Amino acid sequence: MSVLCRETLGMLSEYLDGELDEQLCAELERHMAECGDCRVVVDTLRKTVALYHTHGHRDVPADAKARLYAVLSLETGS
Amino acid sequence: MVERHSGTVYNLALRLMNNPQEAEEVLQETFISAYRALDRFEGRSKLGTWLYRIAYNAALMRLRKRRVPTSSIDEPLLTEDGEAMPRQLVDWTSLPDEILLSGELRGVLDEAVAKLSETLRGVFVLRDIEGLSTAETAAILDLTEANVKVRLHRARLALREQLTTYFAPTGRVGARGGAYVRAV
Repeated sequence: MSVLCRETLGMLSEYLDGELDEQLCAELERHMAECGDCRVVVDTLRKTVALYHTHGHRDVPADAKARLYAVLSLETGS
Repeated sequence: MVERHSGTVYNLALRLMNNPQEAEEVLQETFISAYRALDRFEGRSKLGTWLYRIAYNAALMRLRKRRVPTSSIDEPLLTEDGEAMPRQLVDWTSLPDEILLSGELRGVLDEAVAKLSETLRGVFVLRDIEGLSTAETAAILDLTEANVKVRLHRARLALREQLTTYFAPTGRVGARGGAYVRAV
């Protein structure tokens, strides 16, 4: 990995979150246009974040929620 | 309050405890504590932030009591200046529908998060799964915003490595073996 690759790697999350300033963003995109390795890392990192965003949340099981309401009604006397 | 916030409380607890039974106990503890202390809630933070902080502390207390040594995946290869380096460079972004629509994906995602250290897990769950802001996550976990960003980045890189190992084309390494994964 080159020095540029290492610098790119350190900025990838800010890049994906849209928090990188315009100039750094342009430099990073210029580097990625020429570097297949960094493109793979950013693409798979973006996919990782997207998969968790879409499939990572677990609903409270219905029976667990029912038990929660039951203990809270005992607690609050309602 | 329960309808709006129980999902995030449960998810945070579930990911930290890696155990549905204990996650449910943390969920109950959190709301019981919150109801008992509601008159002392001063409104300086959002109600959600306050609740998630109670949940996080409840989960941490349990983890400290448990004292089970865990091995985590977030020990990345570091360059001389301390940056984490990716170990695997292979594109697996085109996942087939059979994986996306199956329960297998959820299992893989769950397993990978469970292997993160607690310090990275809390940040990742709140920011990338529950969609909270950096500022809110920092307030809940009592971290600086800069620290949240560093931990989130490390968590994402560690999870990317895990998912690459699993989803690499020509056969998932974990499932079938033999994937072409170029190490760097």
